[in-house]
Amino acid sequence: MTTLPWLHPDRVAQLEQALRERILILDGAMGTMLQGHALDESGFRGERFVHGHDSAHEHSHPGGCDLKGNNDLLTLTRPELIRGVHEAYLEAGADLVETNTFNSTRISQADYHLQHLAYELNLEGARVARAACDACTAKTPEKSRFVIGVLGPTSRTASLSPDVNDPGFRNVTFEELASNYRESAAGLIDGGADIVMVETIFDTLNAKAALFALSELFRERGARVPVMISGTITDRSGRTLSGQTAEAFYYSVSHARPLAVGLNCALGAADLRPHVQTLSDIADCYVSTHPNAGLPNAFAEYDETPEQMAGVIAGFARDGLLNLVGGCCGTTPAHIAAIAEAVRGCAPRRLPEVAQAA
Amino acid sequence: MTTIRHTRLSGLEPLVLTPDLLFVNVGERTNVTGSAQFKKLIKEDRYEEAVEVARQQVANGAQIIDVNMDEGLIDSEAAMVRFLNLIAAEPDIARVPVMVDSSKWSVIEAGLRCLQGKGIVNSISMKEGEEAFLEHARKVRQYGAAAVVMAFDEEGQADTCERKVAICSRAYELLTGQIGFPPEDIIFDPNIFAIATGIEEHNNYAVDFIEAARELKRRFPSSHVSGGVSNVSFSFRGNDTVREAIHSVFLYHAIKAGMDMGIVNAGALAIYDDLDPVLRERVEDVVLNRRSDATERLLEIADNYKKKKGEAVVENLAWRDRPVRERLSHALVHGIDQFVVEDTEEARQQCTRPLDVIEGPLMDGMNVVGDLFGAGKMFLPQVVKSARVMKKAVAYLLPYIEAEKLRTGDVGKNNGKIVMATVKGDVHDIGKNIVGVVLRCNNFEVVDLGVMVPAQKILETAMAEKADMIGLSGLITPSLEEMGHVAREMQRQGFTVPLLIGGATTSRAHTALKIEPHYKSPCVWVKDASRAVGVAQSLVSKDLVDGFMAKVRAEYAEVRERHRHRGPGKQLVPLEKARAQRFTSDWAHYEPPQPAKPGLTVFDDYDLAELRDYIDWTPFFQAWELAGHYPAILTDEVVGAQATELFNDAQVLLDRVIGEKWLTARAVIGFWPAANVMDDVEIYTDDGRVMLHHLRQQADKPVERPNLCLSDFIAPKEYGKRDWIGGFAVTAGLGIEPHLERFRVDNDDYSAIILKALADRLAEAFAERMHERVRREFWGYASDEALSNEALIAEEYRGIRPAPGYPACPDHTEKTTLFRLLDANANAGIELTEGFSMYPAAAVSGWYLSHPASQYFVVGRLTREQVEDYARRKGWSREEAERWLASNLDYDPD
Repeated sequence: MTTLPWLHPDRVAQLEQALRERILILDGAMGTMLQGHALDESGFRGERFVHGHDSAHEHSHPGGCDLKGNNDLLTLTRPELIRGVHEAYLEAGADLVETNTFNSTRISQADYHLQHLAYELNLEGARVARAACDACTAKTPEKSRFVIGVLGPTSRTASLSPDVNDPGFRNVTFEELASNYRESAAGLIDGGADIVMVETIFDTLNAKAALFALSELFRERGARVPVMISGTITDRSGRTLSGQTAEAFYYSVSHARPLAVGLNCALGAADLRPHVQTLSDIADCYVSTHPNAGLPNAFAEYDETPEQMAGVIAGFARDGLLNLVGGCCGTTPAHIAAIAEAVRGCAPRRLPEVAQAA
Repeated sequence: MTTIRHTRLSGLEPLVLTPDLLFVNVGERTNVTGSAQFKKLIKEDRYEEAVEVARQQVANGAQIIDVNMDEGLIDSEAAMVRFLNLIAAEPDIARVPVMVDSSKWSVIEAGLRCLQGKGIVNSISMKEGEEAFLEHARKVRQYGAAAVVMAFDEEGQADTCERKVAICSRAYELLTGQIGFPPEDIIFDPNIFAIATGIEEHNNYAVDFIEAARELKRRFPSSHVSGGVSNVSFSFRGNDTVREAIHSVFLYHAIKAGMDMGIVNAGALAIYDDLDPVLRERVEDVVLNRRSDATERLLEIADNYKKKKGEAVVENLAWRDRPVRERLSHALVHGIDQFVVEDTEEARQQCTRPLDVIEGPLMDGMNVVGDLFGAGKMFLPQVVKSARVMKKAVAYLLPYIEAEKLRTGDVGKNNGKIVMATVKGDVHDIGKNIVGVVLRCNNFEVVDLGVMVPAQKILETAMAEKADMIGLSGLITPSLEEMGHVAREMQRQGFTVPLLIGGATTSRAHTALKIEPHYKSPCVWVKDASRAVGVAQSLVSKDLVDGFMAKVRAEYAEVRERHRHRGPGKQLVPLEKARAQRFTSDWAHYEPPQPAKPGLTVFDDYDLAELRDYIDWTPFFQAWELAGHYPAILTDEVVGAQATELFNDAQVLLDRVIGEKWLTARAVIGFWPAANVMDDVEIYTDDGRVMLHHLRQQADKPVERPNLCLSDFIAPKEYGKRDWIGGFAVTAGLGIEPHLERFRVDNDDYSAIILKALADRLAEAFAERMHERVRREFWGYASDEALSNEALIAEEYRGIRPAPGYPACPDHTEKTTLFRLLDANANAGIELTEGFSMYPAAAVSGWYLSHPASQYFVVGRLTREQVEDYARRKGWSREEAERWLASNLDYDPD
């Protein structure tokens, strides 16, 4: 699979060139930005889903479903809002923006009885981000902007039992996940994503299913796009939800020969540091991180300021741990602008030399 | 310069194979092929305990655990998935990487889909060519695993150092050159084979491995060398101390050479330096092949180190050095046919007449076999194996004997000649064949007429051959009648030779009541093959025959006497009363399940591999007169070793039967609307109404226990419900003849009998599987049923499949109706004989009933009243009915 040519060789060349030169900036949270619009149920539904279901598609039961909270659906119902968020981050200095497709898998959309939208959500999600990036690059052609197509974790875990009485039970299989991811990834690529990122990985087996799906998809297409992989250390135990250390996690996914591996979500930058350090020590590829704006407070709000967060990240950059950095939950364009400012001038982490052995 | 990259594996925690690890222990106890204990736990669904085995392995230092579920009777994929999912929930186990071990790719893939960490596949190889090898390797990469690459190519497994290195190098080039497989993710397994087997070619196997490891590590420093260590000491199984010493010494040298991973029992590795020096030196001689008598010298002292009791099974060929007479005797007792021709030739050259070889060393050997068998120290499968050796020796000598006869007119003597046959209408001959073998072993000349032999042919042959006795066999109940007929004919035609009766449905009582009275000369029931020799010898011996027959006749007279004065309590009730006490259901509220696929469904060539998992092995052992239930029988104190050996031989043959498609399985099933009319079932077909006739229990039962008749489980016509009945005929015996013929030509009764018994098992398994599919799919009233094979055998499901001729519907002739409905001859290739036996013999047919309360039962004894009633329904005379129902009559017909 690694011998396949790039789907967009010139885009990859630009990306690799940029990665060699500097630390690249990822965008920040989508959800936080959308919350600011305080959309109600009808705000999510738009015209096509006015009855709580897809008027262009048969609904599995009478009546509609509540669609409020289905942020990914806004790509279809309020594309201008999504594009606005992308533009805000690009203006703040992001080199790469992530598509609004975190929950755009059949499994996740099934919660809203909208599983049939999986491909379309990814396709349109990538198109919106593509349009935003291209418009921005047109204004400042000296700097390329890249679209990261996001594959989220889904609401299920392939290596954990949801039933405490039966540890051998699973509510999703590797094959189901792989077929979900394959469909979503096809949408992302068809919509113009430069990179596909498997992110917020709670369960490495889910990620392996996604990587398996990508390799199958690439083989089918006869070309590949760069892959980023970002795991989630869920708490201060220093493990993923499925129990792996950061090092074990990296070994479990490195077969995909990712462009970058990293950590995101769950913790603030300070708590993530030792684990990012681990990845930086061992990874053959680039290292990324996009932490939360601290840990949530009593009101489930993230209150680390742009200055605080950028201060911690500046330390990462000075110590040569990073190739890509951005923000996750609770971060805003202000955070991204501060981070971009903080890492400017810091040399990117250098790839270890053994990587190309044999 | 190539930079060495370390292999990086993971469970919940990382495992990086750096050189300072020296050697990585892969725990072997979670492998069903290597651990009888683990296999038992998995087979018995004791997964919690199986998980404990894994935990102990890790606690004992296993850095990786090897998980293997390759067992014919286990659903390997399901077991692999279940076990991996369970250990994934145990952080103290899941912290280490998993080695997914299977010879089946589908099992490996199922396992890989359960691993969040980076594990190892064990194994891939070029045995099916480069394309499959690379395809599997590519998949291994996609799933994110490392791979054990076996030194196995299109030609087979590598045994010499040279081949091991050549194959591994070729594999390495393909993997790294063609698909970019990382060198550090390649783990070579250059095959560890057993040493000290007594076979000279095996002496250097350990050295071959060690030297291959050295060269591979030199050529491919990033890759690894591994192997299954316990193989090396296989010939010392039963002697754990010596085995562990061999492992320790072997590893000591192999690791120095470059082996850096191994599948071992992590809890039982002896330390090289802790070994007793004397033992260590002799083990080292063996491992390093340092002297030609190394094996003997280790054997000399091996017993001193044996732990506990329990015999060491030391396989060696030291017996080959003994004189030829002893070698022949050894070969016969141990059933080894490998050298028999050369030994027989050597013995022939030493004897004056070729016949002397038979009457001398061969008969001496067979006498030892006979004695051991008689003393219960040998079991039937061994005897049949011994007979195979004997037959091969005799076959070799035959041309010489014939030449000798022509020259001198001298004819050898034997114990006597017996003409044997399975009677007309019956095709079952496994038991008869075993008896024939056993008799031949004991120097009887056996003329075997085969199956479905008419009485007249048996008698004419006996006359022409000047037979000393006649043996009749049969399995199905109509055969009992036929045996009585043969006996009457023998009497009528003035025979005086003894008549032997045997077969599954025969009995002392039946022989005493229905056969022996018709024949004035000796007539003896032979309980099983192990009694056949004793009976035959007594009958041919002038000294013994009178005493023996007096005893037999007295016994039979007593049986008849008891029969005449059967006590009360077995009283039957009138048919009317039995019918009044029929089984009933709340028919008004009963909704009969409608078949998902009514009409006929034909299966032309059913996958035998699928049927394998449905085999009920217990009757297989019964066929060999080994008593006990599978799988407990394999570890039985008395017959366990024999049962295991037989079972293993059967597995090997079954692999070929399936792999090379020796047999074809065909089936036809059908469902028809049906209604119950008293004791009959009326069914409605496109060609009109057809009546099925059944019989009712007449035992005097308490009111709460109904007098059952199969028709009771179909909704009565007056309720107007649309109920159904199903029918089936399956066979797994098509195409068996050429293979039997090949075994016959090869004088290999042992394999022939196993093959027949396997075909029977497959047919039964087919019936079981088909019934399961009927319940789930074709009738479909239990679409969510999910039962283990044990649960299937224990019949823990709704619905039954009674077969005509068996206790719930004892009239064999109903098969005619069943076969006509199914057109079983055209649709499944099964014929009915005139005795209503099915051909091929490996066939099963019967009815499907779906009522939740339907159950198997025994119709039992019938009064003349019911027989007359049944005759009326069938359109028979009473005499005809009495003939077909002879086994069930509660009275003596006129």
